[in-house]
Amino acid sequence: MTLLHTKLKTTPKIEAGDFTHIVEYLLKMMEISVAEAEKRTGKNAVNMQETYTVYLIETRPVDAASEGTNPVPDSLWRRYSEFELLRNYLLVTYPFSVVPPLPEKRAEFVWHKLSADNMDPDFVERRRVGLENFLLRVASHPDLSSDKIFYSFLTEENGWKETVFETGFQAKADSRLKALNATFRVKNPDKRFAEMKHYGDELQSVISQLLRVRARAADRLYGVYKVHGNYGRVFSEWSAIEKEMGDGLQSAGHHMDAYAASVDDILEEEEHYADQLKEYLFYADALRAVCRKHELTQYELEMAAQDLTSKKQQREELATGTIRTFSLKGMTSKLFGQETPEQREAKLKMLETQIEEGEELVKERNAECEEFVKSAWVDIERFKEQKDHDLREALISYAIMQISMCKKGIQVWNNAKECFSKM
Amino acid sequence: MSAMSAGAPRSLASSGQKSIQDILHPLSAEESALNPGSAAEKDLILPNGTPVDTSSPASSSSLLNRLQLDDDLDGETRDLFVTVDDPKKHVSTMETYITYRVCTKTTRTEFDLPEYSVRRRYQDFDWLRNKLEESQPTHLIPPLPEKFVMKGVVDRFSEEFVETRRKALDKFLKRVADHPVLSFNEHFNAFLSAKDLNKRQGLALLTKMGESVKYVTGGYKLRARPVEFAAMGDYLDLFTQKLGTIDRIAQRIIKEQSEFLMELREYGPVYSSWSSFEEDLHDPLEGVSGCVSNCSSALEELTEDMSEDFLPVLREYVLYIESMKNVLKKRDQVQAEYETKLEAVVFREDKKTPVPTDVEKCQDRVECFNADLKADWDRWENNKRQDFRQLLTGMADKNIQYYEKCLAAWESLIPVLQDKQEAEGETS
Repeated sequence: MTLLHTKLKTTPKIEAGDFTHIVEYLLKMMEISVAEAEKRTGKNAVNMQETYTVYLIETRPVDAASEGTNPVPDSLWRRYSEFELLRNYLLVTYPFSVVPPLPEKRAEFVWHKLSADNMDPDFVERRRVGLENFLLRVASHPDLSSDKIFYSFLTEENGWKETVFETGFQAKADSRLKALNATFRVKNPDKRFAEMKHYGDELQSVISQLLRVRARAADRLYGVYKVHGNYGRVFSEWSAIEKEMGDGLQSAGHHMDAYAASVDDILEEEEHYADQLKEYLFYADALRAVCRKHELTQYELEMAAQDLTSKKQQREELATGTIRTFSLKGMTSKLFGQETPEQREAKLKMLETQIEEGEELVKERNAECEEFVKSAWVDIERFKEQKDHDLREALISYAIMQISMCKKGIQVWNNAKECFSKM
Repeated sequence: MSAMSAGAPRSLASSGQKSIQDILHPLSAEESALNPGSAAEKDLILPNGTPVDTSSPASSSSLLNRLQLDDDLDGETRDLFVTVDDPKKHVSTMETYITYRVCTKTTRTEFDLPEYSVRRRYQDFDWLRNKLEESQPTHLIPPLPEKFVMKGVVDRFSEEFVETRRKALDKFLKRVADHPVLSFNEHFNAFLSAKDLNKRQGLALLTKMGESVKYVTGGYKLRARPVEFAAMGDYLDLFTQKLGTIDRIAQRIIKEQSEFLMELREYGPVYSSWSSFEEDLHDPLEGVSGCVSNCSSALEELTEDMSEDFLPVLREYVLYIESMKNVLKKRDQVQAEYETKLEAVVFREDKKTPVPTDVEKCQDRVECFNADLKADWDRWENNKRQDFRQLLTGMADKNIQYYEKCLAAWESLIPVLQDKQEAEGETS
């Protein structure tokens, strides 16, 4: 169980702050973990042999564990692509939520010793931890945790995929995707959302930069430590030609070897910090997605309102016989002769219906917009608190890591110094 | 020497250290014990029974050398203190150069005054070293820092370069001052005390090392090198190799550290720019940025120290070893000369005449050289051990200091990072 899991289980921080209502988050009822990873081979959609990794999801009711009976957890295997499917479903179904991100699909920001190979055991292990983190985040989210599809993802091995597709979210997804990719401009952008989007942009940019430089620095640090290992060898050779100095040199050499070896653990721990940053790099994207979706909602409202206004204007013109707006129809009728009063009547009636529908639509869209803004803003506030808390924790553990590294360095060099002084 | 033989026990220590109580201080002799060629030469007998030829300048001093004064004398028994400091730049129409102040404090009667303060430039040190090599060819003369510096690559007038050189020059004079024979050399005396060094004579003899010793004729073939000197040569070869390797490793570490430093200098500011658009996280992020910056400075100091203090000492020893190998070669030559001349005599038909004096002289030269060299070798080994102990301990210290600085920076950051949490804890 990761530290995050234990923390979420015991300190539901989500209760503090704005949430006055007590929500039964899934996590309070259930222990979730991604316990293992395994390699599988099989035939894919185009009947080609492929190798992929599956992850074991274990669940167990909280009460059972606290009673001390400790039953065997329920478990099932899932591939990364299934996690992706789950997330896409959540994105479409809860557009106002900042949906927790998945760990990266491919290894990025690697320094030379780290493998970029998806099959590399270290990468798989870090991904396992990331996937567990994802599930725990979803399970502790006030809205997402009560989702049925999410529940069945954790509990129903067979037929889950079909269930997801049955919800028809794909259709919504496709249309939304098209709309989001299109360029549109909102006339009255909501200042708060615009600021949030900008923040998301900046956060993404700065964390990318940080990860890039950190990876380069890790490479260099590795070099510094490893070269000290050469001292070990040369001190050993040198001690062989010395009489009194020999022992001191030899033992100092061993400490230099230990120093060189210590960098592997140091950088492994630092990789964990990099993963924490990466999560928020991807979270920034999720945040921007919410802002973008809000913009779309706003835009659709504006479009509907615009359409209604123009229809109302048309009705007015038709009723009073004046043409204030240019329309091709108007022009053609002018060119090709006036309409008959019956034709005008028919048109007016049609317009009335359209206006009625239009007003309904605007009301609908307005309500949608308001609802979206309300829900989104609640989740954004929740996300902000979570982000501040998590990143602060990450920085603290980073500082603790550095302190530990310094202490180890002091110890090794003190040991070496003692050996030197005995030369 | 007569006073010497009267006051001192007959059997002089030929090797091995003796405690200071058992050894008579050479300056405790009433008369000038250092006067070569004094009357009672015949009284002097080497432990192996052969008479000592005190006519050559080498032998009288070699006697003193055998007293094996311990290096670690406390200040009370030392009577000559030399320091090099206060570098100053001199600009003239012809050239620009640096001079150093050389201060001497002494109770020795060889000096007219108890204190001296003179200014010398590198050329003068170089002159001194050459004179010492000339006049004391059987001894190991400490090295000077490298003479030639590539213009354009290294700034000869930068603070770091001048300071590194000053330290090396200081060490050179101290080693000479601590040497029981070299410290009494007249050229050394002149160097420390004379207003202006009369170097006209010296300049003419500024030749490469190894060529300045006149009496070694060279060209003789050596039969068998004594084991101990062969061992010395072998050791020096291996040791020089190891020093070269260590130099390369140290340079490589400095390079890697410099590159790491470059990345750190970019890394820290990113946290700073992040903090500019955060509210709650502003102080923690800014704090991390500051921390990384402190660590960067500490690393820079470490790298500079290693460049300035560690590498030059290694290189000094490499030069030292080079000059030592030359002395060993000279010794071989002296022995070869003796063996050849002896052989020529042995194969003479008339075996009744006594061994000619020049062959005897050769023999004495060999024995004195060997004795001087052995004594100096022991002294050198001792100094080497101390020097490397100090050098490596210094390296360890510098690294410890670096980590301690970083540790302090990160530890002071923790409360800043935890700050908000404590406040939250109070309000909730």
